[in-house]
Amino acid sequence: MNFLSLFVLIPVLMMMGLFVSCSRKQLQIVMTIGASLLMILSGILTYMYLTDRAAGNLATMLYTADTVWYAPFNIHYSVGVDGISVAMLILSSIIVFTGVFASWKIDPLPKEFFLWFSLLSIGVYGFFISTDLFTMFMYYEIALIPMYLLIGVWGSGNKEYAAMKLTLMLMGGSALLLVGILGIYYASGATTMNLLEIAKLHNIPVAMQYYFFPLTFMGFGVLGAMFPFHTWSPDGHASAPTAVSMLHAGVLMKLGGYGCFRVAMYLMPEAAHEMAWIFLLLTGISVVYGAFGAIHQTDLKYINAYSSVSHCGLVLFAILMMNETAATGAIMQMLSHGLMTALFFALIGMIYGRTHTRDIRLMGGLMKVMPFLGVSYVIAGMASLGLPSLSGFVAEMTIFVGSFQHTDTFHRVLTIGAVSSIVITAVYILRVVGKIILGPMQDKHHEELTDAVWYERLSVGVLIAAIFAMGSAPFWISSMLHESVIPVVSQLIK
Amino acid sequence: MDYSSFLQMREEFSLIAVLVFLLIYDIFAGEKALKYFQPVALVLFAAHTVLNCFPREAFEVAGGMFQYVPMQTYVKSILNVGTLVVLLQAHKFLNEDANRVKRGEFYFLTLSTLLGMYFMISSGNFLMFFIGLETASIPMATLVAFDKYSRKSAEAGAKYILSAVFASSISVFGISLIYGSTGTLYFNDLATLITGTPLQIMAFVFFAVGLFFKISLVPFHLWTPDVYEGAQTNITSYLSVISKGSAVFVLFTLLIKVFGNLVAQWQPILYGLAVISITLANVFAIRQQNLKRFLAFSSISQAGYILLAIISGSSMGMASLVYYVLVYMFSNLAAFGVLSVIEERTGKVKLDEYNGLYQTNPRLSFVMMLALFSLAGIPPFAGFFSKFFVFSAAAAQGYYVLVFIALLNTIISLYYYLLVIKAMFLNKSENPIETVKSDIPVKISLVICTLGILLVGLFSTIYTQIAAISFGM
Repeated sequence: MNFLSLFVLIPVLMMMGLFVSCSRKQLQIVMTIGASLLMILSGILTYMYLTDRAAGNLATMLYTADTVWYAPFNIHYSVGVDGISVAMLILSSIIVFTGVFASWKIDPLPKEFFLWFSLLSIGVYGFFISTDLFTMFMYYEIALIPMYLLIGVWGSGNKEYAAMKLTLMLMGGSALLLVGILGIYYASGATTMNLLEIAKLHNIPVAMQYYFFPLTFMGFGVLGAMFPFHTWSPDGHASAPTAVSMLHAGVLMKLGGYGCFRVAMYLMPEAAHEMAWIFLLLTGISVVYGAFGAIHQTDLKYINAYSSVSHCGLVLFAILMMNETAATGAIMQMLSHGLMTALFFALIGMIYGRTHTRDIRLMGGLMKVMPFLGVSYVIAGMASLGLPSLSGFVAEMTIFVGSFQHTDTFHRVLTIGAVSSIVITAVYILRVVGKIILGPMQDKHHEELTDAVWYERLSVGVLIAAIFAMGSAPFWISSMLHESVIPVVSQLIK
Repeated sequence: MDYSSFLQMREEFSLIAVLVFLLIYDIFAGEKALKYFQPVALVLFAAHTVLNCFPREAFEVAGGMFQYVPMQTYVKSILNVGTLVVLLQAHKFLNEDANRVKRGEFYFLTLSTLLGMYFMISSGNFLMFFIGLETASIPMATLVAFDKYSRKSAEAGAKYILSAVFASSISVFGISLIYGSTGTLYFNDLATLITGTPLQIMAFVFFAVGLFFKISLVPFHLWTPDVYEGAQTNITSYLSVISKGSAVFVLFTLLIKVFGNLVAQWQPILYGLAVISITLANVFAIRQQNLKRFLAFSSISQAGYILLAIISGSSMGMASLVYYVLVYMFSNLAAFGVLSVIEERTGKVKLDEYNGLYQTNPRLSFVMMLALFSLAGIPPFAGFFSKFFVFSAAAAQGYYVLVFIALLNTIISLYYYLLVIKAMFLNKSENPIETVKSDIPVKISLVICTLGILLVGLFSTIYTQIAAISFGM
């Protein structure tokens, strides 16, 4: 067994540990140990990966392992990572770790909550380490279903409606995806389910690609909140409990972008070329529409959910530009958005836990009573609107530079449209910051509120550190991503 | 004539031995010995299950009347395990004062329907097939009407027997037309003699109705919800899994063995039936308040999914069909098991009475949730794998549109399965169902089902074993 499988095994062990523990203290211990182990593991993985690459290992995927699972269908349990997956694994580890601390005092039924939370993380980790279409799809679905109960039981607001909507829409996406995957498998000669081998064969007839590319892309696109399939996202994220919003918006939505890039475009490049314009238009709409949507909202979580639609739209938008710079930017945007949206949701959860409202009209001057949370919120906002030295700037800059490399009018107009979203983002971020963090106190009950406690500070601190690290020293991560997008992009250019 | 070749029908003889022994035991044993009736019966049947789970070489008995292929052992074993689970779940019900006198009959009738299915599965001649079909359905009607003091049960029995007889008479008419046009009823000869004349196509359609009825596909499903609701819950689960599982396998083998030349005719028929069965059953299931009716519609739509495996006619299709039946058996019996425990102890079967079940019965709700997720096809439970393989078998023959329709339907089905999960986990209730204690046999049965749901998918050996001996057109 390959050490990458530890990423799935540790959450499984965590679930077993949770199963036998009987007090909140023990649950917290199990979760902390598990999440820290995952953090350490992803750190070691990154170090190993970088040293191996520096030593001149040029294979597309490193640390590959392959075990036959269902021989009649050529289903293997095969794992392997490249720079993109490593980046995603770090992101997942950070968010699982901070998510544990953000839900330190979850109530009611803490045991069940952490059990489902761990199952969700199994899905996420498994997805990023798999290189087999079936295993990938299986993990993708494992990640979807705990959401129903997590939102339904521990959520807030109109949670039952939101949970049902989210689950059914994402399952709809996975239905499209399954047809796509079966199509890829049979059209490529039914000899292998391994991504890399299918890409190497490169023999899916173009006529078939026209059917299966849109299905696969839309299937993943639903999870990536592509217009018009984004409607689950605002309701779902707004109703979900804090840690689940963090994990879902931070990591799960990235499964969509990752899948579009790794499966749809990598395996069916010809159709991707022909049909990119349709999806470019749709994702362009996502980018701008999401930003405008955020302006209209008064609920903090809705604002952030719409802003996620906009930012995740940018990921898909950049992928469809099909050049190295834009694709690198897309992966960086996934990382950056994952970190900052998790930070946002964590902060919103903490603020909501104190003020018991998320309506921005009812809050003001929170900086006076909770300076730590206030400053952190401002930092998150600045990252979101792309302030240099924070992660958002690096990612968005790379994307727009890459997109503008296209010389035709269509791409340029779209890029300009997408760039305008930054301005709109600035509007809603600054408005919220000005309204609730600064400004006069709205509610005198808020004067007695307290600032963050240690576990909240830990969670927020880790996320802010990551955002700063990525924003101020982007080179090592962008070079790691750059050489990993080359195989996919060169497949597309051929 | 050498009768020793008959001894090769080991499964059948072993079942007959159990059956006859139980009948004599029930009639002649004294009060004291009868106390051990159920344990003895269960142990004997378990022994029968274990002894007959190894496939042997293919053979023919009585000049091709009875044909055995190794795959049948797996199918029969699945039916055995399913029956064992049902018998375990019925243990408490049969120990009640009102039913204690009738439990010999219960075992006898259940096992004779099983015997009928054995013969139906292994038949090599339409006469043999028909005898098997009738042996499987007539005792079933008495089982459905088992609780003779309940109006609903009696009504369900009458409904079942009338529609079963009607369906099988149409089937016999089809068989007679086949005989008329070819002059033989042996499957081996028919394979070449059936060439696709209009009369033969008509014969096929008439004949197939009988099986469609047993599988309860739309539009032959109208008896299903009423009978499922009226019958005692353990019998309902038997009906929904064992009876259906045997019929789908027989349908598959007959289609490829006898009607192989009519493939251009039966594929569109099955296509249409699959689409309307899955869709209509799903739409109706959403509206059900009674959980037994709910599971009835869910089982109709599951049958529609099985058709996706049949339509491919390939050896992959057969493997995925048998695997699907296995997984469906575990999932459905787990759901019915929970249902029957709660119904017996509290009499509650309505969806809104299940509100807040998790607070009072966490274990039962957990099993129910696993079963429903497995039925909906959610990983890592076995149902995901079986659905994937079935879809894969259909997609391999190019039925992408059909797969797509079926997949869209899985979303609808997920919706109504989630309604039950929502009731149990999310909804709060003023007076939830009180904590029920389940007895040991039920616990064993639920553990078997849960292990099946959790492990059958993750360990690929089972599927590989099945795939190794499956065959197709």
